[in-house]
Amino acid sequence: MTLAIEISDLTVWFGEGAARSNAVRQVSLSIGEGESFGLVGESGSGKSTVLRAITGLVPSWSGSMRIMNRPLGAKRDRTFYKQVQMVFQDPYASLHPRMTVDAVLSEALKLHGFGDIDNRIDRLLEDVGLGKGFRFRYPHQLSGGQRQRVAIARALAPEPRILLLDEPTSALDVSVQAEILNLLTDLRAERGLTYLMVSHDLGVVGHMCGQVAVMQTGEMVELLGVEDMRAMKATHPYTKHLLDSSLRSVR
Amino acid sequence: MSNLIDVENLWVKFPTRNGIFDAVRGISFSLGKERLGIVGESGSGKSMTGRAILKLIRPPGRIEADRLTMTGTDVLTASEKEMRKLRGHHASMIMQDPKFSLNPVMTVGRQITEALRTHEKVNMAQARARALEMLDAVAIRDPERVFDLYPHEVSGGMGQRIMIAMMLIPDPEILIADEPTSALDVSVQLQVLEIMDKLVAERGMGLIFISHDLNLVSNFCDRIVIMYAGRIVEVCQAGKLHEARHPYTIGLLNSVPNLGSPRERLDVLRRDPAWREAPSVSALL
Repeated sequence: MTLAIEISDLTVWFGEGAARSNAVRQVSLSIGEGESFGLVGESGSGKSTVLRAITGLVPSWSGSMRIMNRPLGAKRDRTFYKQVQMVFQDPYASLHPRMTVDAVLSEALKLHGFGDIDNRIDRLLEDVGLGKGFRFRYPHQLSGGQRQRVAIARALAPEPRILLLDEPTSALDVSVQAEILNLLTDLRAERGLTYLMVSHDLGVVGHMCGQVAVMQTGEMVELLGVEDMRAMKATHPYTKHLLDSSLRSVR
Repeated sequence: MSNLIDVENLWVKFPTRNGIFDAVRGISFSLGKERLGIVGESGSGKSMTGRAILKLIRPPGRIEADRLTMTGTDVLTASEKEMRKLRGHHASMIMQDPKFSLNPVMTVGRQITEALRTHEKVNMAQARARALEMLDAVAIRDPERVFDLYPHEVSGGMGQRIMIAMMLIPDPEILIADEPTSALDVSVQLQVLEIMDKLVAERGMGLIFISHDLNLVSNFCDRIVIMYAGRIVEVCQAGKLHEARHPYTIGLLNSVPNLGSPRERLDVLRRDPAWREAPSVSALL
């Protein structure tokens, strides 16, 4: 099996000199093609920063990252963005308020040099469970769940192999969350996508992912399979604490 | 026994360009010395219900009801001056996000002492002592230090505990908590809820806990009201949630991914238009 994402000794920092703080410290992980991998931890643990480092949104990092066996340098080229796309946390903030769904999707398609944009937009909307009727709407005319579907459609536009999901459902209601999670499950099954998903909800990660890494203050403290997680076979005290609190809240 | 809150046939209406929008459509419920959970999706009217009780609906929004009484006072006819006395002293409200609900240019200590001094005649030194005591009660480790901090210098979980301290210091009889932990991490959520739960129990207060998370609510409440499209569709005891009958309640319960019982696909709510039109269930005691 080929590896979709391979990260070793990744350190990400903000600020220089005395003001330098390491947001991510020596994180290593590898994700096989077609797998789904979860990153959990509380706010400030550096889990989103790992995603931002992969996409090139944070310039200051050291270590090595490989995507589909190609090493990543300081800059990302077009092939990278064709393979890797990201879905952000808050669908209320990640869509341009003055662009219609049509404009959002056609921009993404044009940037990647696709022709036949008209048909592709219809198909993308179909794929994420929105009909053609949504094509000329503005974000304020959509509900939170519908917006997140548009954000997923935008991410799918260049036909990527890897999706980076940054808390894709934490801004949504539980009933809408179920719809979006099902959609993501179906898309992965249909297209053989690789997911790297960040969440603070162990229930969601346990549902979506095969392997889970737990992060605390920038370090990866534990890596465990989802079966072990269900069996409460965590060894690190912080993982135990997380498991305990999420199991108690569902009873 | 008299109830803390009695509400009969409550409507919350907002005039829009396309006619009047009813956010809450004729619900009845009462609150005794108990913990009442109000659960529903966004737009189900649960927050509007919480705000209506304290008359916090801004015009042009309107509140209409056959009866709306709180600790013996008629909220419908109360003047704004009377309402100000009622709020805080009789009933406090904890909002969702501490980032937006704390005053960013006032220190934590000043905000808490202000809450106390609006309702009680105490001098600054006494107020400070009471505030420190309260911060200690919400499990803030170093109250002296936190007292002089500004809201941006504290974490989200700490901010929410400060809110709880501020709301409980005038010693109200009723606490309305509107999604008090949705902005917080899972590991902090439970801690904040446990503190709130303990204080409410110690002081023998009535609690209204508004949330979209049915499982969470069932752990911290005695009785649960489930709202859909501005109406109450079901009322049940927290311990008997598994006996819930309404398809909406069951749908909400099954849509949550559960670590203990993995499934291929999550159940998705199929909304029945008949739910909207079904008469509201009464949650009066």
